[in-house]
Amino acid sequence: MTDAKLTREDAAYVARLARIDLTEDELDLYAGQLAVVLEHAAQVAALDTTGVEPTAHPLPLQNVLRADEPRPSLDRDEVLAQAPAVEDHRFLVPRIMGDVP
Amino acid sequence: MTSALTLAEQVRSGTVSATEIVERHLAAIDESDGAVHAFLTVLHDAARRQAAEVDRLVAAGQDPGPLAGVPVGLKDNLCTRGVPTTCSSLILDGWCPPYDATVVQRLRAAGAVAVGKTNLDEFAMGSSTENSAFGPTRNPYAADRVPGGSSGGSAAAVSAGLVPLALGSDTGGSIRQPAALCGVVGMKPTYGTVSRYGLIAFASSLDQIGPFSTTVADAAALFEVMAGHDPLDSTSLNRPAPRSMGSLDDGVDGLRVGLPRELIDGVAPEVAARVAQAAEVLDAAGATVTECSIPELSYGLSAYYLLAPAEASSNLSRYDGVRYGLRVDGDDVEAMMRATREAGFGAEVKRRIMLGTYALSAGYYDAYYGQAQKVRTLIINAFDHAYRNADVLLGATTPTTAFPLGDKVDDPMAMYLSDVCTVPSNLAGHPAISIPFGTDAAGLPIGVQVLASALCEPLVFRVATVLESAAPPVTAPALAAATWSAP
Repeated sequence: MTDAKLTREDAAYVARLARIDLTEDELDLYAGQLAVVLEHAAQVAALDTTGVEPTAHPLPLQNVLRADEPRPSLDRDEVLAQAPAVEDHRFLVPRIMGDVP
Repeated sequence: MTSALTLAEQVRSGTVSATEIVERHLAAIDESDGAVHAFLTVLHDAARRQAAEVDRLVAAGQDPGPLAGVPVGLKDNLCTRGVPTTCSSLILDGWCPPYDATVVQRLRAAGAVAVGKTNLDEFAMGSSTENSAFGPTRNPYAADRVPGGSSGGSAAAVSAGLVPLALGSDTGGSIRQPAALCGVVGMKPTYGTVSRYGLIAFASSLDQIGPFSTTVADAAALFEVMAGHDPLDSTSLNRPAPRSMGSLDDGVDGLRVGLPRELIDGVAPEVAARVAQAAEVLDAAGATVTECSIPELSYGLSAYYLLAPAEASSNLSRYDGVRYGLRVDGDDVEAMMRATREAGFGAEVKRRIMLGTYALSAGYYDAYYGQAQKVRTLIINAFDHAYRNADVLLGATTPTTAFPLGDKVDDPMAMYLSDVCTVPSNLAGHPAISIPFGTDAAGLPIGVQVLASALCEPLVFRVATVLESAAPPVTAPALAAATWSAP
């Protein structure tokens, strides 16, 4: 079952997973506030749902396909004009791998 | 406020030009929106060009569309090509989408004129519009109170008379709750009836675009213009949208109306009294009103505040400083992403991402997210059971009338409770409408809510039309613009 407590360390772990550099003050704030919300959520966690199927979506979804034919797409220059950094018609990002040895 | 359908008829018949109507509303926005702050962007030039095009069609004897010349406000989470679309977030400040949302295209094709982008809680997360990076919107009925949220800008714009129509999005009540607090009509359609293409995603299995208006007929007309299959949205229903305009005045004689105590008990006494009064109206009009109980609805809020943040944490992972929006530099790509998201997201968005990430994380997934999905099934089954004995349900839209600015910003759980009457319809994907039904003793608007099963929009609009005709008269808000008039 669930433990409604959320420690500051839990908050720091979740922030890492979510890729947000929270400040020390924010970690304290969210650990406290999320614990209150999770306490409310505990009534859901405590319900007996034996044999109940989960619902991911209100519609009975199935895969939607279209004919494999070329059609107009977004304008490349218009899209790239909105990017923070661009080089040679591509999105430019800081290095992903470590330094070359 | 002259109704949208009346304005469109004037334009279509050549009595009044679209240009004249649009100029009048642009002037009202310029004069009055400083006090309301409903708009983030006003599209003076584009609106004038579009109005001139409508007038050209009328002069040429061509059909300018069912909403010809009607000024419309667009919630700023709807993509508009070449026009800033911010979601009230610093992370998208200055971003101009390279495409239009399907609803924006359909409105234009119907002759409606987009006059501006309206304020919202950042990424539609909130119930007061205080979570906007660009400052709160004021409730036109009391400038020191919230308009509700997240579509508070759209609700306030219609309430103050700045526009006769506006679009919002409703994930857990974000159209109906502000409509109730601002004294206007607000409707959430059946999931899948209105294309979400170009609606910036918050919680994809719950989000739905819907209308704000001053009359039920205007809401139905706007819904019909927007609804219908769209191949660009894979969750769009591939079937004809329900038509309501022809049956608005069919009345409620013989209809079965359920009054679930879960949508009435626990709300403020003055709100509950208005729901009881609305029930009497329907009874007098020939409906059979029966009290009922749907206990599962009381679990809706807890399930919602696990499911919606979980979906949001996934959807908002795209804001990483790579393809659009804000970037804060870092030594490597991950440091850049962490710094960008820390600087770009506001407090509530971070809170929801944290909550959702936690609910989806290893060790907690089954207990929180998985369990909430099962509770969603219980709620859907409970609705289905209730609709065997009732054609529609009637209840409160919100537990209270508009609360003071700042009242709940430091207490997230108190803010979340504003949505307790509205989230069940989102979990089930059902349609629901809020219509103004009198005020409390302080003169603040109260909304009553009509709920129905999937694709029963015609029923929802019929019942709402009866309630509208018997509702206490709407009084002018304190911040009414020159274009405001009683509906």
